[in-house]
Amino acid sequence: MTTILDPTDERVPVERQITPRTGSIPGVIGLLDISKPRGNVLLDELERLLAARFPDNEIRRYAKPTFTKPCPTDLRLKIKAECSVLVEALAD
Amino acid sequence: MTDTPPAFTLQDLKGVTRSFPTGRPSLICFAKEDCATCNLVAPLLEAFHQAWGEHADVWMVAQARDGAEILRDRHGLTLPILDDGALRTSLAWDFESVPAVFWTGTEGATAPVMEGFVKAEWQALSAHISDALGTPAPQVDWAGLPDWRPGCGSKHLDPDIHDRLVAEAEGSPIRARRIEIAGSDDIDEFMFDQGFSDGLPLVPPTPERVIRMLAGTTRDPQDIVAIVPPNMAPATVEKVAINAVMAGCRPEYLPVVIAALEAVCTDEFNMHGVNATTMGASPVLVVNGPIRHRIGMNMKLAALGAGNRANATIGRALRLVVRNLGGARPGGVDRSTLSSPMKFTMCFAEWEEGSPWDPLHVERGFQREDSVVTAFAMTSGPVQIVDQESRRPDQIAGTLGLGLEGMFLPKIHRMPVDALLVVCPEHINTLTVDGAYPKDRLRARIQEVTSRPLREMVSNDVSGAGIPAASAAKMTAEMLATPAPKFADGRYIHIVVAGSEAGKFSAAFHGWVTGAMGSTVVSRKIDC
Repeated sequence: MTTILDPTDERVPVERQITPRTGSIPGVIGLLDISKPRGNVLLDELERLLAARFPDNEIRRYAKPTFTKPCPTDLRLKIKAECSVLVEALAD
Repeated sequence: MTDTPPAFTLQDLKGVTRSFPTGRPSLICFAKEDCATCNLVAPLLEAFHQAWGEHADVWMVAQARDGAEILRDRHGLTLPILDDGALRTSLAWDFESVPAVFWTGTEGATAPVMEGFVKAEWQALSAHISDALGTPAPQVDWAGLPDWRPGCGSKHLDPDIHDRLVAEAEGSPIRARRIEIAGSDDIDEFMFDQGFSDGLPLVPPTPERVIRMLAGTTRDPQDIVAIVPPNMAPATVEKVAINAVMAGCRPEYLPVVIAALEAVCTDEFNMHGVNATTMGASPVLVVNGPIRHRIGMNMKLAALGAGNRANATIGRALRLVVRNLGGARPGGVDRSTLSSPMKFTMCFAEWEEGSPWDPLHVERGFQREDSVVTAFAMTSGPVQIVDQESRRPDQIAGTLGLGLEGMFLPKIHRMPVDALLVVCPEHINTLTVDGAYPKDRLRARIQEVTSRPLREMVSNDVSGAGIPAASAAKMTAEMLATPAPKFADGRYIHIVVAGSEAGKFSAAFHGWVTGAMGSTVVSRKIDC
């Protein structure tokens, strides 16, 4: 991690940076299937690996109704309320 | 007695959180493992801990975590050893060398710091504490100890560390938004992606570099230097320093950058118009006065070109401030048709010592011992004026005039437009071969040799530019024979001296729109 100081007049937000990696995950891990073919296969394997590495964390699965449309607001709020991190399987 | 040092909370090697003030009398000693004197006093501190531990806190504060462990194991220490590997407490307690010992007595007041080892002082402090606590004296073989040993420089003052600590500390002068760049990101690519660059690589403006840059000026980091168009953004000294770091400046250049920014962000200079014009104008900075030598500017061989850090980065820093703070970017407010390499940087110093004339800043009303930056809005240059044959003063002056006639277009005359003529030393030699050749005589000669009858300026089949044919048709032959010099007035011709002592090659920068509708030359004294 390097810190630099903003040379601009700060009217434009700086692009969001990756959250610092701490080596641990607090709370519930969410896995979101966007309903593209075989996304569930990837997430099944990811769930197995995460469960082995983080046995104390609960893992919850979610699915979008269709990959062609944005995530429904209710589902987005539900995930936000329930999870501290989310892994999304984006493509087939 | 002095003020109580700042409170802190640190962990000791056993993971116990310890805070100062402790609520009891305390003896705090800062130390580092590679300091011989710290190793000398470590057993003493242990003896103090054994003697006074029930009534007072005797702590060692180590300046590195692994160093704390080394000291503990090497001397079999049982006293609490606190980890100040981050060095923030060392910085806040503001001492210079270790061991540094602070005694906070029963009344809560702290004795002046003892640094290094002076046996008499340590003995006196030991006696004082034993007396104050009403305990027996510690078991110390004072006779076996040397009278005096110097301490070692405290780690928080290491040049590689100190500026970062100051930048991060409470009360830091830094106010700019901090941008965290993930370790997986390439910092140079990140800065390009953010649009911070003029197209060339930048020096990352880390807080410690900006702190070092700010040391180049006595001005408060939050002072507003100028309002920078086109965004009309307030440029604080800190923001200028950030851009100066990115440009590659050394701290001693910062006052020049600040003065240059003040000069161009005036209504007279009109930085907005200079940025926006399709003609591709840009500031050309000329530095005069003692600062030229102090910061190592180039005024001789290759003065107008690459190779000198001060020349290159001062001009670039100004451009980056205008780009990043002002928001003037090509395709945005910068609408240059072709633009110019001067939009990267253009700054040089006048070789006053090689000039037969008053230097530019004296001519413009400053004292010779003042350091001054002068900003010209220029669209072209440097354009070479080559004459290796002339041997008479009026001949070389004539050549300089003919060289200027090409400004904008040779057939356009009586121009109310600035030009900056840079006369090289060999041409100066020729000019002055018979004695003084004042600047005004040179200006007059330029006007004389460039005077052409108006009829040569009429639009024709060779070039449609100039006096419209319809207007010319209404003029008498006598009127069309009226001679018109290149410049509307000799005062538009600005003259400085620079360049190598070998070579008969002068140069000119050509202006933009001069005056209230465009830009006027502005000088600013450099605060240094």
